[in-house]
Amino acid sequence: MGTLSKVIYIDSAGREYAVDATVGDTVMATAVRNGVPGIVAECGGNCSCATCHVWVSEEFAPVVGPPNDMEEDLLDMGVSDRRSTSRLSCQIRITEALDGLTVEIPPEQP
Amino acid sequence: MSNGTLIVGGSQAGLQVAVSLRQLGDTSPIALVGEEHHPPYQRPPLSKEFLAGEAELDSLAFRTPDFYADSEIDLVRGERVTEVSLSSSGPPGSGVARTAGGRELPFDRLALTVGAGARRLPVPGADLGGICYLREYNDAADLRTQLATATNVVVVGGGFIGLEVASAARALGRSVTVVEAAERLMARSVGSVVSEFYRQAHLRRGIGVRLSSAVSGFQGERGRVTGVELSDGTQLPADLVLVGVGVLPRTELAEQLGLVCDQGIVVDAHARTSDPWVVAAGDCTVQPHPITGQGRVRIESVQNAVAQAQVAAATLLGRLDNVTSVPWFWSYQGDLRLQIAGLASGYDTQVVRGDPDDEQFSVLYYRHDRLLAIDAVNRPADYMAVRKALGQGANIAPDRAADPTLPLRSLVGGPSPAVPAVQRAKA
Repeated sequence: MGTLSKVIYIDSAGREYAVDATVGDTVMATAVRNGVPGIVAECGGNCSCATCHVWVSEEFAPVVGPPNDMEEDLLDMGVSDRRSTSRLSCQIRITEALDGLTVEIPPEQP
Repeated sequence: MSNGTLIVGGSQAGLQVAVSLRQLGDTSPIALVGEEHHPPYQRPPLSKEFLAGEAELDSLAFRTPDFYADSEIDLVRGERVTEVSLSSSGPPGSGVARTAGGRELPFDRLALTVGAGARRLPVPGADLGGICYLREYNDAADLRTQLATATNVVVVGGGFIGLEVASAARALGRSVTVVEAAERLMARSVGSVVSEFYRQAHLRRGIGVRLSSAVSGFQGERGRVTGVELSDGTQLPADLVLVGVGVLPRTELAEQLGLVCDQGIVVDAHARTSDPWVVAAGDCTVQPHPITGQGRVRIESVQNAVAQAQVAAATLLGRLDNVTSVPWFWSYQGDLRLQIAGLASGYDTQVVRGDPDDEQFSVLYYRHDRLLAIDAVNRPADYMAVRKALGQGANIAPDRAADPTLPLRSLVGGPSPAVPAVQRAKA
């Protein structure tokens, strides 16, 4: 197993889920495998369904960076409440620099 | 004491029934029993990332082992349910299942999520070594091992699985020929413009494609395949064959229960079988068209497995939700990303956006000017726009959709023309 990093998910009711994540995994896969509700990820990380939408916390947004082109298209059309920090969590790979990454889960996925 | 819910089939649908039951507040026991030894995992990457060496079983697992324990989902692995019966004296829907290993699993409620098995090719030589199918992890692991040393790969079946494997094999430098019995590729899933595009695109990538070609047999030496014989007499050298010619839904248990089956377990929009106390979900089912409610379709997709399983869980808890869901599919064949939304069956008009020669285009399908579906190749924005429109019951005017410079999302609007009666649809 790779090194661990912590990811904190906050659901729409304000509940926090702090999960140990493996560097190299995605923020989506880490949430799904650990049963964090609200990240559906039907397509399994293929950037095809837009059901793993999260809002990245302001402090981490610059580290995480902007969406890629394909993701941009899905965010544009596919999510209900797009914000400047919106990302598809299947497209965020966990690095050591993201230890403590906090993301919010929108109340609904498409 | 309550026996709770028995879910037969450790599939995507099976896991989703369990997860949804818990999310809906069910606290009674849940047993999820699967024939495979692996905890439930994603299957779509088996023909893509897994063959390319970019994914392993661990990374495909849906949940951590702790999740099952924490959620009090009893995951029973390596046990094949061979018998199931409903109680004639107990509460309706209750009964008992038995596994091949002799284990008894009593239940108050039953969900069948048994999936489908790969259809075998009944021709001489079909049992030779080196002839592979792809449905489960063990199949994929075997295929990947054999691909590492293969020279001439023949893929029988030009559907999603066949073409995904062909792309992976070609990327590994193998000589690859696809043999398809129909006159075009992916005939069950996409329109003819897209089929022809894929034929040419795969040819450009060095994959041979033979259409309207039936396999009459396999030749071999010392128990191992050496060639594929076509019905016109052509012989193709092959040291590895992948057969991807569709699936057969597993209906044996449903038939034991006397449930109505018609190329799948027949369910209604609430995932109820012909015995309303028993639900079924996923590839093993046939259901009314999910948008129009008409006809009977079998939808083999992740999206359907998840949506139907969610409905099934609600039904088990006595909640009959009225849910319409837009079917969607994807098939990534190397750098060609095909995304489909809706069901095009019964279309009378198609609109092509963009130029297939650019390897970036989409085809929208209409019936009586009402949008039915899209096949999008490397145009995810088009796909998402159509998925959204269909989900909202909105239309996209066909005459304007043809202009690839107009974003489709700017054209989504207005309710569709009246829904015409859809004939018996095929997925």
